[in-house]
Amino acid sequence: MKRLRFNQQEIVFAVFAVLFLAFSIFLRGFLTPENMLTLLQNVAVLGILGLAMALVVIGRGIDISLIAALAVPPGLVLQMVQNGYSLPASLATAVLLTIAFGLVNGWLIAYAEVPSLFATLATGLLLAGLGQAALFQLDVVQWSDGMKGFERLGQGTIAGIPTSIVMFAIACVVVAFLLRQTRWGAYIYAIGDNPYAARVTGIPSRPIIVLQYVVAALIGCFAGLVMAASVNSMPTRVFNSTLIYDVILVVVLGGIGLSGGRGGVLNVIIGTLLIGTMLNGMTIMDISYAGQNLVKGVVLLLAVITDSFLNPRNEETAQQGDI
Amino acid sequence: MKYAVRTAKVIAAALGLAAIAAPALAQQGLDEPFQKPFKEALAGKTVAYVPVAMNFDLTEGWYAGMKKELEPLGVKFEIRDPNWNTNAGAQAVTSLISEKPAVMVIHNPDVQTYAKLLQRAENEGIYVIQINMGSAYRSSAFIGANWIEIGEKDTEAVVKACQGKSNKIAIVQGALSAAASAYTLKGVENVLAKHPEIKVVSSQAADWDAAKAKAITQTVLKQNPDLCGIVGFWDGMDIGTAAAVKEAGLTGKVFVATSGGGERKGACELVKSGAFDLNLSYDVPTQAAQMAGTIKWLLSSGAKAGSVKGSEYTTLIPITKENADSQTACWNLSDLKK
Repeated sequence: MKRLRFNQQEIVFAVFAVLFLAFSIFLRGFLTPENMLTLLQNVAVLGILGLAMALVVIGRGIDISLIAALAVPPGLVLQMVQNGYSLPASLATAVLLTIAFGLVNGWLIAYAEVPSLFATLATGLLLAGLGQAALFQLDVVQWSDGMKGFERLGQGTIAGIPTSIVMFAIACVVVAFLLRQTRWGAYIYAIGDNPYAARVTGIPSRPIIVLQYVVAALIGCFAGLVMAASVNSMPTRVFNSTLIYDVILVVVLGGIGLSGGRGGVLNVIIGTLLIGTMLNGMTIMDISYAGQNLVKGVVLLLAVITDSFLNPRNEETAQQGDI
Repeated sequence: MKYAVRTAKVIAAALGLAAIAAPALAQQGLDEPFQKPFKEALAGKTVAYVPVAMNFDLTEGWYAGMKKELEPLGVKFEIRDPNWNTNAGAQAVTSLISEKPAVMVIHNPDVQTYAKLLQRAENEGIYVIQINMGSAYRSSAFIGANWIEIGEKDTEAVVKACQGKSNKIAIVQGALSAAASAYTLKGVENVLAKHPEIKVVSSQAADWDAAKAKAITQTVLKQNPDLCGIVGFWDGMDIGTAAAVKEAGLTGKVFVATSGGGERKGACELVKSGAFDLNLSYDVPTQAAQMAGTIKWLLSSGAKAGSVKGSEYTTLIPITKENADSQTACWNLSDLKK
């Protein structure tokens, strides 16, 4: 007889459904089309970051430096435009910086074989420090006239849907295509599932790992541009915030096992929806900041525990420094 | 008669003498007795500056302003940047106490952390000047904004703008641990106590973070489209608050009041664009000048550290559409650094 088993994705989706239903019934003003759009809009940037993190986690890594990639290159764009450079030149510089950053991350992890947790922790600090010391005059980089028109990336609507949601959707499609339709995507799953087996079967695992981090950094930079456009400035101090934990929360909550090789874009969407629903509901209820953190912490803890039950470590391939 | 002639002769002689002597005196000059001790009291002294972090308009402005005033007098200016890390700040203050600078200029992250350390510093003979965010210990001088007044004035403006409207307001606080945020909230409460008709539909902390402020404000506006005003606690964060109001198409309908250091890009230009309706500025260059003045006074007074204690609360500049265009309401960091 087949035992009835749920995977985490189904559990989280069930939790999301229950929460959503409860809020819809008990919270006046929750289930309105406008509030639904706000809910999604508020977590769009988080969702985009979640996609970048998912890509890395599926390949059995983690990228703590994502927030630096979110803050520094887009901040550089705003700063350069403020200093009189043209917008395309500034964007190109930022993209180059992001790619270089991804390459450094990837090289450290794939070739120097530094565990991803420590490598990206250090490189993130490095990039944020570089930004603060050399690139920005002030840690909130303000919008300037040269950026006119670019705020449409994060403000306004396209066909009635807030732009940042559309950007999230586009990012979802791109990452889903990369993971499911390309050979590289298949390799990422193979490496995440068992790096040694992947290497033995002839998969160029090191270049693929480098690619993962470059793509993750680029997605992070894109999320930063959407965020900057949406608040008309780049608060580069966001690097010091707890945003990275929210990103990990989205990924783990969605059911992408930290041990790699499992999950996909759908998991990120589910995780993002659950976080969005929680945050939106708590804001409507006017719960205090400390209370919100408490709820978030408990949910993350539950998710991590569930994850370790449902996706146990593979003792044959687990390495020191893995998470 | 004879007497009168003699007097006249004396006067004439005296005048003649004076006529000869006066230019001679001017050439010699008169020594002003206090400037030399003043110069000696300042030359070679060290002033240590511990902000909560560099790289933002307030702390950069204070630094530039003080440096401009004090470095020509031979004062050495040292900076310790804890970069938002309270522990690193406490360590910096502790190590400074043993290095014995003449003056410490301290920007407290909260009321308690540095309080004991600052008392010890003054016992060791170091003048302590606390700026903008004070601690529980009262030192030689406090120079900075009166947060309670800021909360009161911002709320009064919002309450006034709400007259005849829905009377629903929202409050976007800073970080819960920050004294500046808690004091401002007290000011808000003071005014609200007098206006029971005002209903606070949301009062949440956005952690000085523009993105969080935007998310909260968006949700609040969707629930209460008839909101008439928002009290924000810092302009750097309330860019997000204003962006949410703008996206909801409510600019001009929802009164946004906030406060900040008055840097042109962060304050005047945002008031001009309609993002903020009121931005109370604590005018950083004036604060910096007061800090420099207090340092000069303390060093030249020879007073024992901690024997005199006083406060210089900043006079606020309300920036509205009327004065946002003027040259004087705001300041440019680049000018201050010249």
